[in-house]
Amino acid sequence: MSAPFLEVRNVTRRFGGLVANSEVSLTVNKGEILGLIGPNGAGKSTLFNMIAGLYPPNEGRIFFEGKDITAMSAPERCALGIARTFQVVRSFDSMAVIENVIVGSLVRSASAGEARRAARRVLELTGLARRAEAPASELTPPEKRRLEIARALATQPKLLLLDEALTGLTPSEARDGVELVRQIRQDGVTIVMVEHVMEVVMPLVDRAIVLNLGKVLAQGSPKEVVRDEAVIGAYLGERHRAA
Amino acid sequence: MPPDAFARKRRTELGVAAVVAILVALLPIGLHDVYLQNVLILTLMYAALSQSWNILGGYCGQISLGHAIYFGIGAYASTLLYTHLGVTPWIGMLAGGALAAVIALILGYPFFRLRGHYFTIATIVVAETGLIAMINWDYAGGAQGIQIPYGPDSWLHLQFARDKLPYIYFALGFACLTWFVSWLIEDSKWGYWWRAVKDNAEAAESLGVVVFRSKMAAAALSAFFTAIGGSFYAAFVSYIDPDSVMGFQFSLLIALPAVLGGIGTLWGPALGALVLIPLTELTRSYFGGSGTGLDLIIYGLLIMVISLARPEGLTSLVALLGRKLITREPASAGSGASS
Amino acid sequence: MTAQALVQILASGLLMGLIYALIAAGLSLIFGLMDVVNFAHGEFLMLAMYATFGIVAVTALDPILATPLVVGVMFVLGAGAYLLIIRHAMRAKANIGMVQVFATFGLGITIRGLAQHFFTPDYRSIQTSWLSGHTLDLGGVFLPLPQLFGGLLSCVCFAALYVIIRRTDFGRALEATREDAGAVALVGIDRNRVFALGWGLGAALVGIAGAVMAIFYYIHPDVGSPFALIAYVTVALGGFGSIFGALAAGILVGIVEAVSATILAPSMKAIGIYAVYLVVVFVRPRGLFGNL
Repeated sequence: MSAPFLEVRNVTRRFGGLVANSEVSLTVNKGEILGLIGPNGAGKSTLFNMIAGLYPPNEGRIFFEGKDITAMSAPERCALGIARTFQVVRSFDSMAVIENVIVGSLVRSASAGEARRAARRVLELTGLARRAEAPASELTPPEKRRLEIARALATQPKLLLLDEALTGLTPSEARDGVELVRQIRQDGVTIVMVEHVMEVVMPLVDRAIVLNLGKVLAQGSPKEVVRDEAVIGAYLGERHRAA
Repeated sequence: MPPDAFARKRRTELGVAAVVAILVALLPIGLHDVYLQNVLILTLMYAALSQSWNILGGYCGQISLGHAIYFGIGAYASTLLYTHLGVTPWIGMLAGGALAAVIALILGYPFFRLRGHYFTIATIVVAETGLIAMINWDYAGGAQGIQIPYGPDSWLHLQFARDKLPYIYFALGFACLTWFVSWLIEDSKWGYWWRAVKDNAEAAESLGVVVFRSKMAAAALSAFFTAIGGSFYAAFVSYIDPDSVMGFQFSLLIALPAVLGGIGTLWGPALGALVLIPLTELTRSYFGGSGTGLDLIIYGLLIMVISLARPEGLTSLVALLGRKLITREPASAGSGASS
Repeated sequence: MTAQALVQILASGLLMGLIYALIAAGLSLIFGLMDVVNFAHGEFLMLAMYATFGIVAVTALDPILATPLVVGVMFVLGAGAYLLIIRHAMRAKANIGMVQVFATFGLGITIRGLAQHFFTPDYRSIQTSWLSGHTLDLGGVFLPLPQLFGGLLSCVCFAALYVIIRRTDFGRALEATREDAGAVALVGIDRNRVFALGWGLGAALVGIAGAVMAIFYYIHPDVGSPFALIAYVTVALGGFGSIFGALAAGILVGIVEAVSATILAPSMKAIGIYAVYLVVVFVRPRGLFGNL
């Protein structure tokens, strides 16, 4: 039995007195689309950031394709094939759209010229080719979202981490987004998505893991998870608390 | 822009630079006034220095207000090598450049952990420390400085008693070299990485950029060329002392042309130098010595106006005008993208 | 070195350090409020000194009594600088950090030029203070009265600052605006007003320092620069945005400077400060008490 594609083993993360993640374990299978969901404050972003390499866990280990990446920095993980987008879009505003993507494709290119050609291909894929020369600062918010994804794709990742990439989109934008995600998986990229909007995510993911209060609450197919008593309780409880 | 259009843009930039260089090279034929020749040399030198500063400050976004230390290192290294060991300034400037690069790396180690203003203030402090150190270092002349002994005119010694032409051409060559380095940077791995680090270091890391190493590379390259400028300046004026090559006014004067012309752009530093240096020299000659402060007032107002009214710098104004003239369309505001 | 000599050095350094802390506090306040380093701070100090000189010359008041007037003048100046100039720097679409660095720099140079133009480069001094030339002898340790006054006044100011920031509405508005400048508008706090008041307060603090220093320093257009650099180092050492950090760092800087002047050559006294600064910044990049 070969090692799982991505394995998070007993990971705990604290911020001062707050425990954001507590002994979280999960695996991601190659080629799947995994949804990471849960109410506010569940610890999704923290877990996501630890997989991406923004900060290390206080306890536990993370393995990617059998390799222990727990202590690796974000650039090192990118070289291994892990890419991410940011929830609040972080485009390189002093550069043009294509130059943004070039920064990503440089990881796999021998020269700037090659990177530019690769960037152009990615822009075609994500539907931003028309806007290639526009300054990134002039893009509309949905276009900026797509630029985030394009940039990450340019690094030719094996694992793509999407941080609320489909949140706050209009229905037609969301449809396009879902299409893009499916296309990316088709091209052989494994995807982990943190999401908030159940209606969009559930039809898309193969599996879902629900976090609550820093722990794994439930996992399984979308259908199973949606009917899970504990999950319903967690979300309903949140709604009651918010009221 | 399809690939061939991009290549064309790049070739055009080279072409324009070549034309400008040739025009400047022809300038001395008609320019006999010694004072104006001096202004030309200084303008070219500051264009080159600012272009070097731009590598770290403009492309990589790390604002150094202490670059005078590298200028001084270059000036002192080549001068000491020349006066004590008879080494030609051509080698001396390379030695100075290498030394400056090494020191930049040593300083970068602690300094690049500092964010924004903390970094800028650290650079100011380091330059001041260097200045004080040189004032108290008697082997290097201390506060008295070093006078380079006069000899016969010679390219090997980079020394010319009355003829300014060789200095003009050296300065022009230096300015062209630094421009060319910037041109190479604009479509190179380092160039894209530096700008990514400048815009958003965390996002850059997620795309595989090792931020610390990038900053170090930019610092070393920037220091190297700045030091060469210092060596040239020493050969040009034949006398150096700590205040004249390491003072804070130099750090400002190295950074300002890039800020005025357009920080992080290809033509910004040169354009900024073209405007700022003659203006500085002229106001100093007409107003300065008398202590009336008019030169400072003009200088200060210019800096304020440009940084407030047009933070993108003069190049964006030029681009705007160019667009209006060529297309006769109302230019869209604020899109002075990298040009 | 005798124990008494050591105490003398420490005492002198402490008093000067308290004054440095006052200058740094203004800088730190402005930065903490809106992320702007005022590179014209040295020139503000210089103007305060000239204002003191001018008021004394015109009204024949003792500089101590002129201090409140100087504070008022500087407050207006600081608020004015924000409303007329800095406010525009904040509107830059990109490179805001760079824009404000150079905009405030330009302002400083312009002020220095204006001072040179209107006041001439001549050195001036105030000899007529009740405090001038008097020294308190505390068991063999000599404390010049002007510096002693400055140190005490600085302590009072820091206490007042503490009260203002923690206990008054204005102070709370300052804190709130610092936390989230965008959100405060929703609550009805006029951001521009808070910023202008913040700049006014920062300039007023420098004003107090300048009024005191005018009693025992020569006044000339370039007097601000060395103190400006000390102020930047002090703020960076204490941590940008931390008023308490400015106090602690100021005292540290004053003492280090006094010790360095004795141990090294007086011309090298700044190196002591810079060395301490570089070491601290290496170990704690955010300064001793900084959290921004």
